[in-house]
Amino acid sequence: MSTLKPEVSSKDHIEGSESASITIVEYGDYQCPHCAHAYPVIKEIQQTFGNQIRFVFRHFPLQESHELAFPAALAAEAAALQGKFWEMHDAIYENQYRLSEDLFEELAETIGLDVEQFQKDISADNLKEKVEDDFESGVRSGVNGTPSFYVNGTKFDGGPDELFEMLKESAE
Amino acid sequence: MLEKGTTAPDFELNATPDQKIKLKDFKGKNVILAFYPADWSPVCGDQMALYNEMLKYFSKHDAQMIGISVDSTWCHNAFQQDRKLHFPLLADFEPKGAVSKAYGVYDDEVGESKRALFVIDKEGKIAWSYLSPTAVNPGADGILDALEELEK
Repeated sequence: MSTLKPEVSSKDHIEGSESASITIVEYGDYQCPHCAHAYPVIKEIQQTFGNQIRFVFRHFPLQESHELAFPAALAAEAAALQGKFWEMHDAIYENQYRLSEDLFEELAETIGLDVEQFQKDISADNLKEKVEDDFESGVRSGVNGTPSFYVNGTKFDGGPDELFEMLKESAE
Repeated sequence: MLEKGTTAPDFELNATPDQKIKLKDFKGKNVILAFYPADWSPVCGDQMALYNEMLKYFSKHDAQMIGISVDSTWCHNAFQQDRKLHFPLLADFEPKGAVSKAYGVYDDEVGESKRALFVIDKEGKIAWSYLSPTAVNPGADGILDALEELEK
């Protein structure tokens, strides 16, 4: 059974309460259609279970198959430097159907970032490292496709819909 | 299925219509053999595409990734180009499945290789092997753990 390595820490992008009893980690790719499908399901899970759930997103861009996946991950990290990781994360998935090299700047403006700073940050080496570290942690954790989910540190063998079902069943 | 400690059976298979690859060509290097059922599985993170993204982690451990299925070299070529794969795919095509059988990972019923992984050390001995359920992509954590173990 594959387990999450390393565990969730302050380096991660975390949404939800620290006291949540369930931590869901997603390894995702911003250009992956299956991840775009997972996006609203995760939102629904968060709405249904409220502060019982903590959600973490780690980057797993498949660069050879998705050429915009890595730049998109950098855009999210650059937004994070201005405290708006989740705003960018959401905006990218909501606009995945029109993903392009130029989209990130437009989204940066829409979510209210300092666009000049954003453009400077997006090409910084340490952002690249952050995304690559996420990817490597995914490889070590047994990610076998995107999206891959971990529930309280253990790999969940299924997609977002199965994840939602499982959570509903265990809540009953 | 061949287990840890066994000498990996040598083989010679076509990587392209006019290029053959022998296992012993890689002596002095670690080798990862990934047997898989077929090219063209219809998902974006399929096993070969995934390993393609991870090649730099394998090369850190001086390991060569090799994929093997019963597809022909022409099929492999098209698949390789479509998925932009940067490692060889060998055709266990004639006699069909002979190498998969030698490693004990041939599925007689469907006539395809099972989904199986072998890490072979620099002396040609099997250091780790793993048979995955056919429908489950096994990822790469087991491979990396085995390669790390070899360096200890």
